[in-house]
Amino acid sequence: MITEVMVRYGELSTKGKNKKQFIKQLDNNVKNALNEYRGLKIKSHRDRMHIELNDESADIIINKLKVIFGIQTISPVIKVEKSIEKAKEAALFLVKSNYEPGRTFKVNTKRADHEWMFDTNEVNQMLGEYIMNSIPEIKVKMKKPDINVRVEVRLDGIFLSIDSIKGAGGLPTGTSGKGMLMLSGGIDSPVAGYYAMKRGIQVEAVHFHSPPYTSPQALQKAKDLTEKLVKFSGPLPFIEVPFTEIQETIKRVVPQGYIMTITRRMMLRITDQLREQRSGLAIINGESLGQVASQTMESMSVINEVTHTPILRPLISMDKTDIIEVAQKINTFELAILPYEDCCTIFTPPKPRTKPKLVHVLEIEEKMDIHGLIERAIQGIKIEEISANNNQESKQKHIFEDLL
Amino acid sequence: MIYLDNSATTKIDSSVLDTFNKVNSMYFGNPSSLHELGETTTGLLTQSRNLIAETIDVKPEEIFFTSGGTEGDNWVVKGTAIEKIAFGKHLITSEIEHPAVLESIKQLENMGWEVTYLPVDSRGIISVEKLRHALREDTVLVSVMAVNNETGSVQPIEQIGEALKDYPSIHFHVDAVQTVGKIDLKLGEQSRVDMAVFSGHKFHGPKGTGFVYVKKGRKLAPLLSGGGQEAGLRSGTENVPGIVAMAKALKLISEKQAGTQTELTLELKKYLDTKKNIEVFSPEQRAPHILCFGVKGIKGEVTVHALEKRGVYVSTTSACSSRKKVESSTLLAMGIPKSRAETAIRVSLSEDNTLAELKSFIKIFDEIYHSFKAIQ
Repeated sequence: MITEVMVRYGELSTKGKNKKQFIKQLDNNVKNALNEYRGLKIKSHRDRMHIELNDESADIIINKLKVIFGIQTISPVIKVEKSIEKAKEAALFLVKSNYEPGRTFKVNTKRADHEWMFDTNEVNQMLGEYIMNSIPEIKVKMKKPDINVRVEVRLDGIFLSIDSIKGAGGLPTGTSGKGMLMLSGGIDSPVAGYYAMKRGIQVEAVHFHSPPYTSPQALQKAKDLTEKLVKFSGPLPFIEVPFTEIQETIKRVVPQGYIMTITRRMMLRITDQLREQRSGLAIINGESLGQVASQTMESMSVINEVTHTPILRPLISMDKTDIIEVAQKINTFELAILPYEDCCTIFTPPKPRTKPKLVHVLEIEEKMDIHGLIERAIQGIKIEEISANNNQESKQKHIFEDLL
Repeated sequence: MIYLDNSATTKIDSSVLDTFNKVNSMYFGNPSSLHELGETTTGLLTQSRNLIAETIDVKPEEIFFTSGGTEGDNWVVKGTAIEKIAFGKHLITSEIEHPAVLESIKQLENMGWEVTYLPVDSRGIISVEKLRHALREDTVLVSVMAVNNETGSVQPIEQIGEALKDYPSIHFHVDAVQTVGKIDLKLGEQSRVDMAVFSGHKFHGPKGTGFVYVKKGRKLAPLLSGGGQEAGLRSGTENVPGIVAMAKALKLISEKQAGTQTELTLELKKYLDTKKNIEVFSPEQRAPHILCFGVKGIKGEVTVHALEKRGVYVSTTSACSSRKKVESSTLLAMGIPKSRAETAIRVSLSEDNTLAELKSFIKIFDEIYHSFKAIQ
């Protein structure tokens, strides 16, 4: 019955002269996310977007829209011909689709076509009465009803809608510039990526791979985690950095207590260079204060010392349980807990320093060819564009379907 | 050959067998292994689970793979009893359950559980009213089969579910082995059914395969402990070839129209009704694929062998008990005297049986029926 979907923008409306760019980006993101649905007609206006369904499924489209950042609310709209009977049915359909015992409603009619036989009060009354007769226990509430049925009588028909569905909020992905996400394959970094995307950052994933100490499965897992983020941001680059030489050197040269600190410093240096090459503005990681040895304030400050680039840590004050909750919501949790060694766990010393001293770090690094190591790692990077359904699960699904 | 013993087992579908062989030879890794071979078989398990869940309209995490109907019934009955031992030790079941349920329950009865066996009426159907009266504060399990394997009688599963409304913690188990492709059994959030047991070889899948539906939030103690497969509830290296093949068999049967056997069994019933020495035991209200009847004065075993000589395969009631020369326990429970119950044979159809086959069966049976006149 739903004929179109109306989208209200999020914080965009407060963004002054950038507004145009924001709307354009959102329009782009929505069109990208929905491009396989050929029937749709998408039009962006100054304060809202209209999507004519033309027989595409409203449920599918609304579900896709729900995860796109920059959208405040999504309203299913029914367009009917100018008949009060048709309007009644449509109004009841919308209320029923959103009704739970105890909920209140009101009908709010606007008329652009002042020639129509009923005025706004009459329409309000007739539709309201019809709904109350059909759902006897429902109550009318004029101020802050749970369900607000908007009716617009226009020249070409009657448009009915309710503000029912909350969008993902945030800013359209891409409006805040580019950032490099340090993606390990654990629970935290994909969640950090998700939050970065939510504030409009166009994310590129950087993953450190140390074969043969880390397995092809661990690499695939990092790619699969990246794939889970595609639905929030669209396709994104996955940069695989060869890290074996660096880890072997560190293992050889660095005293146990400093292995972790210096490994992180190397990762950060490489990520920062990649950022510069690819015109990024920030680095994003999944650090949460105090969670592990590398995430004490002392560690962070010593690791951070290698760059002045802003390091965004969306999870900095979140508890592990809250992070897990978000990971479950964005479907990365089950993947993240698969038991593969990654480059952060493989050479983990039994007792990393939680309060490393910068002077010591600098002394140790003197013994390493930092510049050469980084250069060789960067020369060996592989970049792959990760898009939807390009993951291990899809490959397995493919094998399975061949067996059916 | 005319094979009309499909409630005993079905012939495996040839494309299902292909799948089974392919998985066996190409994807033999242990799903618990970390390497790629293990990954791939894990993927096959996940996909099979998803497909089965989608087909019966439940969630993937509600599906547990087993070795078949007997294991499923044993697990649900004993797993419930063990899990809920602190809450009560009273079980309710019907007199006509499959031995996998009845014997499991008897084992528990010997160990101190109390059991109410609900009788059935002459149609082989339990009384929901009697069930209501049997419910107690310490009842932990109600186990009733959806379709009886001997007569095809259908139990009022939805009404039983309603009767359990005031007892939300009781596990409601349904042995659904005879339902697939035959009758619609509603599972999932809208249904009161908590557990349902299925067996792969009853719907053209491989033998030694099966699955149990366990509603999310319900807990069963595992019977098989070990490596923690199936979320720790059914340990043992997964039978991946069997599981994938079973998923395929279920998909194939779900794509066919359910209950197409009705027309065939009605045709047979029409014939049987014209014979005055034939007694039909199956009730009017029955699953479409089973018809149980007997020739007066002739033991079922004799009829089975006479048919076999002519290339027709049927059973004396359930295949499980027919070798033990036990007369149908379902028929006895329906109040049919032993002398008549032991005449029973069961014709059970699958989607593959045709009207032409059934007509040949009637012709052959008719000849045998007339040859029996000499000894009646």
